[in-house]
Amino acid sequence: MGIYHLLWIIPALPLLGFLILAVFGLKMRERAIGIIGCASIGLAALLTIIIGINFLTAPPEGYFYQQTLWTWFSVHGFSPAISFYLDPVSLIFTFVVTFVSFLIHWYSTEYMQGDEGYPRFFAYMNLFVFSMLTLVLANNLLLLYLGWEGVGLCSFLLIGFWYKDQENCYAARKAFIVTRFGDTAMIIGLFLLVKDFNTLNIQDILTKAPSQWQPGTSTAFWAAILLLGGALGKSAQLPLQTWLPDAMAGPTPVSALIHAATMVTAGVYLIARMHVLYELAPVVQLIVAIIGAATLLIAGFSALAQRDIKRVLAYSTISQIGYMFLALGVGAWSAAVFHFMIHAFFKGLLFLAAGAVILAMDEEHDMFKMGGLRKKMPVVFWTFLFGSGALAAIPLITAGFYSKDQILFFAMASAKGSYWLWLCGFIGAFLTAVYTFRMVFVTFFGEQKKEIHRMPKNSIKIPLIVLGILSLIAGFIEIPKAWGNFEPFSNLVNKVMPQVQLAAGMENKEVLLEVVTGIIALLGVYLAWQFCLKSPKVLYRFKTTGLGKGIDTFFFKGFMFDRLYDIILVKPVVWLSKIDKHDFVDRIYEAIGNLGLLLNKIFSRTQNGYLRWYVCGIVLGMAVALTIILFV
Amino acid sequence: MILLDLILILLFGGFVSWLISKWNQLAGRIIALITVIIDLIITMIIWISHAPTVSLLNKGPWISDFNHRWIPQLGVSFHLALDGLSLVMTALTLFVGALSIVASWKEVREKSGFFHFNTLWLLAGIVGVFLSMDLFLFYLFWELMLVPMFFILSIWGYENRKYASIKFFLFTQISGLLMLLAILGLYFIHGNATGTYTFDYFALLGTSSWGPLGFWLMCGFLIAFLVKLPAVPFHSWLPDAYVQSPTAGSVILAGLMTKTAAYGLLRFVLPLFPRSAHAIAPLMLLLGVIGILYGAKMAYAQTDLKRLVAFSSLSHMGFILVGVFSFTALAYQGTLMEMVTHGISISALFIIAGAIHERTKDREMGMMGNFWEQMPRMGGITLIFVLASLGLPGLGNFIAEFLVLGGAFQAHALWGVLAAIGLVGSMIYSLVILQRIFQGESRKEWKLADFSIRELIVMACFIIVIFWLGFFPQTILHTTQPVFDHIEQQVDIHAIQQGGAS
Repeated sequence: MGIYHLLWIIPALPLLGFLILAVFGLKMRERAIGIIGCASIGLAALLTIIIGINFLTAPPEGYFYQQTLWTWFSVHGFSPAISFYLDPVSLIFTFVVTFVSFLIHWYSTEYMQGDEGYPRFFAYMNLFVFSMLTLVLANNLLLLYLGWEGVGLCSFLLIGFWYKDQENCYAARKAFIVTRFGDTAMIIGLFLLVKDFNTLNIQDILTKAPSQWQPGTSTAFWAAILLLGGALGKSAQLPLQTWLPDAMAGPTPVSALIHAATMVTAGVYLIARMHVLYELAPVVQLIVAIIGAATLLIAGFSALAQRDIKRVLAYSTISQIGYMFLALGVGAWSAAVFHFMIHAFFKGLLFLAAGAVILAMDEEHDMFKMGGLRKKMPVVFWTFLFGSGALAAIPLITAGFYSKDQILFFAMASAKGSYWLWLCGFIGAFLTAVYTFRMVFVTFFGEQKKEIHRMPKNSIKIPLIVLGILSLIAGFIEIPKAWGNFEPFSNLVNKVMPQVQLAAGMENKEVLLEVVTGIIALLGVYLAWQFCLKSPKVLYRFKTTGLGKGIDTFFFKGFMFDRLYDIILVKPVVWLSKIDKHDFVDRIYEAIGNLGLLLNKIFSRTQNGYLRWYVCGIVLGMAVALTIILFV
Repeated sequence: MILLDLILILLFGGFVSWLISKWNQLAGRIIALITVIIDLIITMIIWISHAPTVSLLNKGPWISDFNHRWIPQLGVSFHLALDGLSLVMTALTLFVGALSIVASWKEVREKSGFFHFNTLWLLAGIVGVFLSMDLFLFYLFWELMLVPMFFILSIWGYENRKYASIKFFLFTQISGLLMLLAILGLYFIHGNATGTYTFDYFALLGTSSWGPLGFWLMCGFLIAFLVKLPAVPFHSWLPDAYVQSPTAGSVILAGLMTKTAAYGLLRFVLPLFPRSAHAIAPLMLLLGVIGILYGAKMAYAQTDLKRLVAFSSLSHMGFILVGVFSFTALAYQGTLMEMVTHGISISALFIIAGAIHERTKDREMGMMGNFWEQMPRMGGITLIFVLASLGLPGLGNFIAEFLVLGGAFQAHALWGVLAAIGLVGSMIYSLVILQRIFQGESRKEWKLADFSIRELIVMACFIIVIFWLGFFPQTILHTTQPVFDHIEQQVDIHAIQQGGAS
């Protein structure tokens, strides 16, 4: 057990880095800040790898290890603890988080050079890694929620990192508030679990739930769907996806780390973690699959029309997470986790490479103002190409092919799958290839439209190369069944997760499906080449027609969800707060006060010093009194 | 005796500080501060040495008791007692009180001696409220709080202080009168039934039924507490009083005095009138939820910084109301955590608002923006308390809200869900504080100095405590556990139906 005792140090290291930077950062030099920021993550990654190797070679009993630091609080038998849980799933997530974070931190030391918020940037980034590690290592849902909100906070802080721009602040606020809707659903889900089980320990719930809840009961339904609410917000799925494209206001390393590789997949992690609840609520699991399928299509279409290179990537992230949700929805737990890992590599890479391009173009985000960078920036071009290949799932040679085709296969072949789900994923694969290579061709081919402002140096290039290689070869740890029995990844995950239940007669169709999706991906690349490089005028002409313009705008604005929410939510709330700024309740009390003053005025009139008035008053009073005495 | 000392030290220290100030202002300030710190140390010693429970009276988990005959002809005794609940609240009072004195070190320049006299007497009144176990004495301290607060508000307040102080006085005085009537009602009903006329809390607690008047007597207490808390629709004094007070006044008013009302609900309304409390619970839950949502909505609409914070306080008080009237173990503990953590976070926010006002001579957020550039430390610290206010896990306020809402959900799922919607609201208005003041563009050229060492020390104390409570809330929950176990027994609906207390 020796080495496992060090588990708590993995999240503690980034926390320490954050504390040092938060307290002393303002007085430190850039170099020292960079070293602290990177070293804390690097050491955590190293420790993760050591523990991970240990875990693979000599796994602990039952494939898990848990470490309790202290009891958080204890009320009436409900006592969540600050406690970590390591099993194959959390190990994979921890590895990806620390490893990719380390590369991105390293990259950032160069990317953020000269920014006045340098210490703040690394402090927030370290805090983020701490929160994310807490999220994936948490042994109970309350601690997970701490990490969950922590990553949301860091996302808010980093989207609004350049806070002097009102737009960035708005985007940051939007991200925080939209995800808060989901988080509120999630915490209500936690209340429900506390009420029924009096614990939030994940393993306890997973073992108790099947005996306490019948499959398909309404409690199971509510618990599953409320947690799903949290996952939808954080992972930017329908209908809470609107914040992610705007989140691109943050510095590019932030988009790579938080809004592509790690945080946005927290929802996938949550659902995979709580898989038992979803098996008890098949309706909700179907909803997960449908949301995944719908999201991947909507985001895919939206990505087609973007001009900002980061927004293309943002929509593609939403779309790829849609694939993961699709996998979760059909019960392909291991496939979802596998795609998460591969996606973290290639999407992190794409963002980092895009960041290098943006630096070179002096903060220009519009792809159509770039062009022809292939020759000038070969390292960036080739790594970007590898990443794009993985994203578009180019057959055989890219990692994305192995992870995505697994999902597509299960979407059809799983007992919970269907042709419709597969068809959505299939169309999505085509869209992915088109928008990805549209981006590649527009940015790196054609003629150069702008001078290069700043060339990347080694701290940028090395992370790109490492991730580039991974985007190609990481898929080989999970070869399709039909080709042979080499599946170490799913074997590992399936130690703690149920295997996919295949529908009857589906085993043989895998190769056929792979050929079809491989062809559609290549077709997508060809079409992108045809319409973006060879004859862009065709597309241009289509866009100038009324219909073309309408479609283009509709896609460009992400199916107008923002407009919708603006009308049904934002405007009413703002209106309501404006009309009653001065609190109508106060008006009521004021009216009482004014009534008092009025009466005072009236009665003080009667005290006017005329004797005749007083006599009159007395007589009148006596008359009234006498009447009452005599007649009542 | 030690309980009496706690109060006497404050009263005496207030006098000395006033007298010394005539000769040297700084010395007066230091004496006032030292007095409160001594008191705080005594309280902490009691806490550490007696934690968690020593049952002295066999009537619940009491740690310390002081009972002295005072006006025996009327059945009035000078009865102070301390249990976990009073202990935590006393510690909070002295902690926040000490820091509020440091925070207004430079703000109050005129008549600073009289100011500190009032502050210390105010603290004495609050501590007295938390310790009194004789209803007559309780009422006395309740009123004692009012007078110094009125002076602080009307002498050192801002531009509209006259209006605010009179409004504050009227609201609390009228509701206090209702409570006095209720106290007298208890006194006579108990006297008629048993033959012994007494104001003693424990004696009255033994009464099994208050007869047909029981419900109305409870309302007397309830309204006094609802006004002080405040709850919608009795909140209209709050924005004016909070906004017009000098910093120390706002801090004590929002951070401490409102907690006396929450304390009153837990200490008097529930145990004395368990059945009536159950009867009125649905209405109280409704008021609580309305308070949470309406307060959040009002806070969002404000452009005056202090007014925004004031309405945020209204919203958070809704959680207390929901917590008290959910009658579950989680919710009780959550209420207590809300009292403590809100006491800390709202105090810190008002001190920050005061610090901004000192620098800009303005509270209007429309003219502010981009303050982070010049005051990164203040920005970072504000961020922490904004996060506390929106209930981010890791800070004490989260534990409070989680327990209250979780407890409410156990009792009535619907109310729990409605109250939880407030979490979205608190996010929206809290971010306004950060973004309008510290981020974005500034309309005006500001020259601002970041937090001084003195202010940083004050803030560091608040920060340490709020994080401590976020990760080790058991420190407090452990101390109050026996108290709430006891209250839970007294208020348990099944026991009441069998036994038959009113």
